[in-house]
Amino acid sequence: MFEFVEVLKSHGFMQNAVIIGLLASVACGVMGTYVVVKRIVFISGGISHTVLGGMGIAYYYGYHPIHGAVVSALVAAVVIGLVSLRYHQYEDTIIGALWAIGMAVGILFIYKTPGYSIDLMSYLFGNILMVKRESVYLLASLDALIVVLVFLFYKRFLAVCFDEEYSQLQGIGVVTTYLLLLCLIALTVVILIQVVGIILVIALLTLPAATARYYARSLVQMMILASFLGAAFTTSGLIVSYQPDLPAGATIILIAGLAYLLATVFKGLTLRFHGRRD
Amino acid sequence: MSQNKDVVEIDQVGFAYDGDLVLEDVTLTVRQGDFLGVVGPNGSGKTTLLKIILGLIHPLRGKVRVFGQPPERARHLIGYVPQHADLDSSFPISVMDVVLIGRLGKAPRLGRYRKTDRQTAEEAMQEVEIYNLRSRRFGTLSGGQKQRVLMARALVGKPDLLLLDEPTTSVDGRVEQDIYELLKKLNEKVTIILVSHDLGFISSYVKHVACVNRRLVCNPTNEITGDVIEACYSGPVHMIKHKCEL
Repeated sequence: MFEFVEVLKSHGFMQNAVIIGLLASVACGVMGTYVVVKRIVFISGGISHTVLGGMGIAYYYGYHPIHGAVVSALVAAVVIGLVSLRYHQYEDTIIGALWAIGMAVGILFIYKTPGYSIDLMSYLFGNILMVKRESVYLLASLDALIVVLVFLFYKRFLAVCFDEEYSQLQGIGVVTTYLLLLCLIALTVVILIQVVGIILVIALLTLPAATARYYARSLVQMMILASFLGAAFTTSGLIVSYQPDLPAGATIILIAGLAYLLATVFKGLTLRFHGRRD
Repeated sequence: MSQNKDVVEIDQVGFAYDGDLVLEDVTLTVRQGDFLGVVGPNGSGKTTLLKIILGLIHPLRGKVRVFGQPPERARHLIGYVPQHADLDSSFPISVMDVVLIGRLGKAPRLGRYRKTDRQTAEEAMQEVEIYNLRSRRFGTLSGGQKQRVLMARALVGKPDLLLLDEPTTSVDGRVEQDIYELLKKLNEKVTIILVSHDLGFISSYVKHVACVNRRLVCNPTNEITGDVIEACYSGPVHMIKHKCEL
């Protein structure tokens, strides 16, 4: 702990890592809440894995992978969103296929990229300690965009998540609202990939929100609580993993998973003792 | 209020899901101020008929007019009360926020609801006597309370036509009677179409009854006899004698 504080004071990489962790917490707290209440974990998983395709293509043509990630996440969000609306019966099959195809494209492009072979592992499992200062600025602006749009569209998102049919009757564009929601989830995924990588992104997106759900009475409360939980998980993950030199992403997810498990058990016990109504 | 204006005109409407005929040659007119009960067994196409009136689905054949317009154009005049069992009861949303969804079409596109939206929502909650529940979480309410919340949501848009889909499923007899008394009061101002698989109380509160079982077995203008009802349910039905003005 003491050593961590010393490193944090003196080293830019650790400062970047903590800032990225906090930025990620806001995004995962706000958007993770929608993912959990709307039950679109699988759709979000599809979006996040397809991102590897975009990162691979960007890397092959000499662009920064994070730019490829932004573009491919948005494209995947729109395509998967339309599939889930139009072919509801085959939704899981089609998303499962897109999920794997996206990853396959990414692996092929990364494999064929000439010269120094990049570390595929850092895309898949994240490497928060390697994030550059420029990425911090990009992620901060994505964060700001997410928060502003959620504020503006809050009541529409709430209506579409809770009762799609009634929202349609109110004459609001359900399809565009839903696609916008998925696009914001896609941008969140890009931020979270920097912290924990593609494979673990779904856990960071859902666990803080799922934990917060036990104690929140409204969507806003859930978002705020989930953001604080996310901040606690990422920061404590960095502290715990630093000295024994453990992978930060995996440590963060284990802490988040443990917290969710404890909250679930605790909730189960309180329900048993105090009856079912809250 | 003039009693002779046609609110809903359904003319030879047919509908099928994946080739299975659900509605066939249905012709029905609902007048202003009416309280129409649509009854029929499960899977008889009652809910489909409601969704056609709402313009959520389009008939394969025939013509539908609501307030003389295509259904989509008349939506702002319709209040709809769906079955509350279809809504996620673990969703963290307050009663107030559920009712406010009924104002979404009239509220500003972006940002928060206005003060007038909140006032209208509070008035609608008072009308159906759930104002004291406004900060409760929707999922923790009883079936009858949820039904009233959804009625408040439908009323908050100040509709001229109210559609209800099985409003008394999963509530006990006393609550059922309360809901029908409330509807009777509302009917002084709005036209009501109510769908139910259960003939029970419906017959003593509604003004007309239409039986649907793919076809319209009895038209509301005909006299309803036990035979017609049995034809509708294709079997004997325990029927409470009804006192409709037919």
